[in-house]
Amino acid sequence: MAKTLAYGLLIFLSALFVAPFLWTLITAVKTEAELTAFPPVFWPETWHWENFGIAWNKLPFNTFLMNSVIVVVLSTIGQLFSSSLVAFGFARFRFPGRDLIFIVLLASMMIPWDVKMIPLYMQFNFLGWINTLKPLIVPAWFGEAFFIFLLRQYIMTIPMEIDEAARMDGANAWQIYSRIHLPLMMPALVLVGTFHFMNAWNDYLGPLIFLNDQTKYTLTLGLSLFKGLHEQDTISIAAVTIILCLPPLVLFFVAQRYIMDGSIGSSVKG
Amino acid sequence: MADVRSSRRRRSGPGLAPWLFISPWIFGFVVFTAGPLAFSLYMSFFDWPIVGEREFIGLDNYRTMVMEDPQFWESLWITTKFALLFVPFNIVLSFLMAMLLNLGLKGTGVFRTAFYLPSVISGVALVTIWSWIYSSRYGLLNYLLGLTGIEGPNWLGDPSFAVVAIVIASLWGLGGTMLILLSGLQAIPKELYEAARISGVPVWAQTLFITLPMLGPMLLFAIITSIISAFQQLTIALLLTKGGPLGSTYFFAMYIYDNAFKYFDMGYAAAMSWIMFALVLAMSLLVLKSSAAWVHYEGEVKGKDGANG
Repeated sequence: MAKTLAYGLLIFLSALFVAPFLWTLITAVKTEAELTAFPPVFWPETWHWENFGIAWNKLPFNTFLMNSVIVVVLSTIGQLFSSSLVAFGFARFRFPGRDLIFIVLLASMMIPWDVKMIPLYMQFNFLGWINTLKPLIVPAWFGEAFFIFLLRQYIMTIPMEIDEAARMDGANAWQIYSRIHLPLMMPALVLVGTFHFMNAWNDYLGPLIFLNDQTKYTLTLGLSLFKGLHEQDTISIAAVTIILCLPPLVLFFVAQRYIMDGSIGSSVKG
Repeated sequence: MADVRSSRRRRSGPGLAPWLFISPWIFGFVVFTAGPLAFSLYMSFFDWPIVGEREFIGLDNYRTMVMEDPQFWESLWITTKFALLFVPFNIVLSFLMAMLLNLGLKGTGVFRTAFYLPSVISGVALVTIWSWIYSSRYGLLNYLLGLTGIEGPNWLGDPSFAVVAIVIASLWGLGGTMLILLSGLQAIPKELYEAARISGVPVWAQTLFITLPMLGPMLLFAIITSIISAFQQLTIALLLTKGGPLGSTYFFAMYIYDNAFKYFDMGYAAAMSWIMFALVLAMSLLVLKSSAAWVHYEGEVKGKDGANG
């Protein structure tokens, strides 16, 4: 009885969480007549997959996609490299001021983006970086507090003896990091890479503030521009929305077991 | 010989190596966080147009917003209202859903994935999707409500419903919070429930006296991050309602954004962003302080050593 109730609730809630996606997908493959029909059409007679291609060609979405890919790839590489480097420094060395610096790092996660947004804009403006992709890429090369924290927690679970054995064999700190810890960290790096990919791909405010020119737009800006220009073109907007959602969804399914194994939660406690 | 050398080296400390390892973050922190933070505080004491003369005006920006700017209070109230609705619902729903997933029923993985899906997509996509669901003409929501005989409101066009609409759309992305609470639930030792069951403690009492206290640190983390994200809410309001109707969703963060990038009053916007920072900090500290009463830390003494802390 209790079990039936639990299943009922789980199914009902899942439907609530998934339905908006399905509705968008169904909208994307409808005809104009089906779109405005009342009561709404839940199952289009034929699924017009060509709607995706038509929508894609209504604005220079290839350019937007290219910009998004550049930002995501370059910033993810930087994030993985720098965050793992810093995490190793915090996890494997004892040095004066370490704990204090680490507390500053944790505290920096609480600073609202709004406070940094204005001075960062002026700073990038001063550097001549406005309307380039640099503001969206360069900061990632200096690590992000949450990811450093996550990776540090992970490194701390790896026995110190491994480092000591390597040191006995004459390995220096860089070699211990790059040859031993980097491979061992792989599951945590997948997690960090996935989260960073999603943040960078989904980012809207950063591109909105730092980019002016349409040739520099990322996909999120492209979609919002499209939505503004063709408010009534619901089918095409739905198609582009689905395309925008696909990469993070696919990545999520691939990396799912790393995300779901509880390492996010367990790191919060440590 | 090698042993002697290495132990001598260790005694003299690790030297420069750790600093080299953490140097990227130190540099990034100074250039992209601490520097901007200090600069924005400095700006807040100026009348600072984006081009042209800037003028030192002391605390005048702060005085103006408190004494002469009704929109400041209005936006602050809208954001507070949003937080008061969003944070409790976010925590309670995430908790209940995590509890359901923690029952160990078959197919749990599928449900967990379904709950998390909306959390991986962009705010822009989320807004686009919800703008059709809320649409009063051929919106899905009002059609479904209509089937049950309820006449749905004009969600995005009615000042008294627009904030609620934003709360609901935001709650769609509660997957992250839910996952944190779920991993907290999974970490609670099963023996505790076993012992309680044997002593005949009813399920509701187990939840109240075992689950909630044991989940304390996770709940605390979830509440604080919810508050921070609620106060920063910008993307959804910017795109879904553009602050309307009648300014009813003109969030605090949106007013900051407009002051900076629409009216180009950088000093005033910086001052407002510091008010937001102070509020978020004060509330987080308040929650943290009060948590001493309701959060139980397992093994409060934790090793701080690098070696297997």
